[in-house]
Amino acid sequence: MCLAVPGRLLSIAGDDPLARTGKVSFGGISKEVSLACVPEAKVGDYVIVHAGLAISVLDEEEAARTLEYLQQIQELGESG
Amino acid sequence: MKFIDEYRDAGAARRYAEAIARATTRPWTIMEVCGGQTHAIIKFGVDDLLPPALTLVHGPGCPVCVTPVEMLDKAIEIASRPEVIFCSFGDMLRVPGSSRDLLAVKATGGDVRIVYSPLDAVKIARAHPDRQVVFFAVGFETTAPANALAVVQAGRQGLANFSVLVSHVLVPPAMEAILASPGNRVQGFLAAGHVCTVMGTAEYEPIAKRYRVPIVVTGFEPVDILQGLYLCVRQLEEGRAEVENQYARSVRREGNPAAVQLIRRVFRVCPRKWRGIGEIPQSGLTLAEEYAAFDAEHRFGVADRTTEESPDCRSGLVLQGVMKPPECPAFGTRCTPEHPLGATMVSSEGACAAYYRYRRSAQPHEPLPATEP
Amino acid sequence: MEATPDFSLSCPIPIDDYPHVLLAHGGGGTLMHQLIERMFLPAFRNPFLEARHDGAVLAPDGVRLAFTTDAYVVRPLCFPGGDIGSLAVNGTVNDLAMCGARPLYLSAAFILEEGLAMETLWRIVQSMRRAADAAGVQLVTGDTKVVDRGKGDGIFITTAGIGLISHHLTIAPASVRPGDAILLSGDIGRHGIAIMAVREGLEFEARIESDCAPLADLVGSLLRAGLEVHCLRDLTRGGLASALNEIAGAAHLGVSIDEGSIPVREDVRGACEILGFDPLYVANEGRFVCILPTGDAERALRIMRADPLGAGACLIGRVTEDASGLVTMRSRIGVSRVLDMLSGEQLPRIC
Repeated sequence: MCLAVPGRLLSIAGDDPLARTGKVSFGGISKEVSLACVPEAKVGDYVIVHAGLAISVLDEEEAARTLEYLQQIQELGESG
Repeated sequence: MKFIDEYRDAGAARRYAEAIARATTRPWTIMEVCGGQTHAIIKFGVDDLLPPALTLVHGPGCPVCVTPVEMLDKAIEIASRPEVIFCSFGDMLRVPGSSRDLLAVKATGGDVRIVYSPLDAVKIARAHPDRQVVFFAVGFETTAPANALAVVQAGRQGLANFSVLVSHVLVPPAMEAILASPGNRVQGFLAAGHVCTVMGTAEYEPIAKRYRVPIVVTGFEPVDILQGLYLCVRQLEEGRAEVENQYARSVRREGNPAAVQLIRRVFRVCPRKWRGIGEIPQSGLTLAEEYAAFDAEHRFGVADRTTEESPDCRSGLVLQGVMKPPECPAFGTRCTPEHPLGATMVSSEGACAAYYRYRRSAQPHEPLPATEP
Repeated sequence: MEATPDFSLSCPIPIDDYPHVLLAHGGGGTLMHQLIERMFLPAFRNPFLEARHDGAVLAPDGVRLAFTTDAYVVRPLCFPGGDIGSLAVNGTVNDLAMCGARPLYLSAAFILEEGLAMETLWRIVQSMRRAADAAGVQLVTGDTKVVDRGKGDGIFITTAGIGLISHHLTIAPASVRPGDAILLSGDIGRHGIAIMAVREGLEFEARIESDCAPLADLVGSLLRAGLEVHCLRDLTRGGLASALNEIAGAAHLGVSIDEGSIPVREDVRGACEILGFDPLYVANEGRFVCILPTGDAERALRIMRADPLGAGACLIGRVTEDASGLVTMRSRIGVSRVLDMLSGEQLPRIC
């Protein structure tokens, strides 16, 4: 469920936390989304957006770690 | 696109497939809960990469599929009223109620509008003070914060013409219902990565412990799903039953506190009927007292409607993972996307529709090619 | 919904499943094809319709002509990259081009809604004029009607077009052969997303414009080079997947394509991702597939790429011997899947 797509936060508007919005770029097209649930998001961050609301700030280190995991399991060899 | 394409890499997919095959020494049955994961599995053909000993069953993680018939009937009744602008996510428009769907209401003159976000419905309410604007608030926990924010915004803007028809459902009670049912074959779960982004992973820990099942919180791209399956198989082979987080780039154990706070402010937990399954206690959300005035069921007097479900549609068995779509006698014959008997054939992520669209052919599956594309 | 009742020979209406026409009946997918196959074709049956091609190829007194008709009902009337007028001219020109014809003459019938701003009408008419000039066609006859306010989307345009065929090929699904190469003239999805963007209020850093364009010259250069073109099909509603399904179904052969070889611009992809659309099913207005013997593929690609409208031309797959008429696609992760026709329109989704 829950089609949520990562995009880059280009700009932020609004002071009131619940009314805070940002322009997010998805591969070059941008859409205004609500940042009400990601008060910590900064311009340049990647956020994950669902139905017009950012639900998390993407952790880029974890993202890289996920991709490296495959390398690790292959290096360790398979014992299972 | 960054943070998407890397997780669709063919080489990584193949290597995970090999790792899973090496790790699997016994038959296992794993359920992926989320409809978005089902969609990706079938669209990219992830299940074709798995060893035969691994059985994937598709769970009830499709809020469209599990929205009960009577809720659709209520939606249709409200949408048919001339003063109403009925706003909905696109997914709900082709789901059959007792006799028709919301698209049919549109065809006969109802003002039914697709919105990308519930916040757009609030904008519509603001722009049309003379009309009643109703938003069909379906979804799992992922969508709840956006729906909650819409209600809060409507309240702040004094939009008395806005209301929501709530049919929210929660994942953990559904998982427990599946695990507790006598015919259950599921031994491990891929939990829904975006639900957990909002709610966190802690509420799955007692489930893993009580039923001794590994639960791997997984993302939605093919490499995510393959990695999730790998981790799940490793747990099963090693006799572990823990909550693991594959989708750590988005999911934290505590979830998203601001989102959870919004949900708790606007909604409260209630019993919910699940289409094809029946009522599961404490499995849904309804508006909290403070926001009860925005409840469309009361505003339009449809709260007491009940409907019996069709006996022909076996989507309930599909949703619980007991039956695969092609095993249903109506699959592809009486039940097709053009003439769906149940929601699982309509929803783009419904297991039946996914099977129908991507693999309906009499041909056996092609074996994995020997060389890289 | 009721289960499908058995077809009853005594029923006067061939389609008894849907008592009312739905939007999906115009969507380019299965429902529209059902409407054509069960309602229109049986009523008017003749060899020209049986060819199921974009235009009819006629040969009165030995002169080969292509003849086509189209109706344009787009909303919004104006969108980035065009409007209903340029769409109408180019769409008709392209249907003729897909028969390998040189488009010559168009007709245009306008159904105007009472209350339509005269300024809008003027803008559309000017746009048609420019498109006709660019395509080298003349508008030689027309008609105008006005309907009550509320009975039309501002303006509907119905066109017909006539073109001259000077080659001797039969360009149609029936000419397709196993082993043929399938070429695509450029990146997909721009038109549908341009329209959806206006409707959904998506903004762009760089605007996504419709790819609406006349393809007759591009096709002409392929034919003048003496290439043995078997089939051409422009991609409109229903996208690449529907066009390939139509051809495979009409030719009773299989089509096998590689997802990785299909170009999609990044911004179009971004829009598709957030709306939950599959670019393979999104509408285009300036793209076509060309099916021809595999030995001619290299040369055809060179010729196409020399033209700005074909700059992104590429090989996307082959025709196979499989008589099922199915389209299979090798996904990005290397697994093959059947690529079906959609039953209706794609709708923006959250799940």
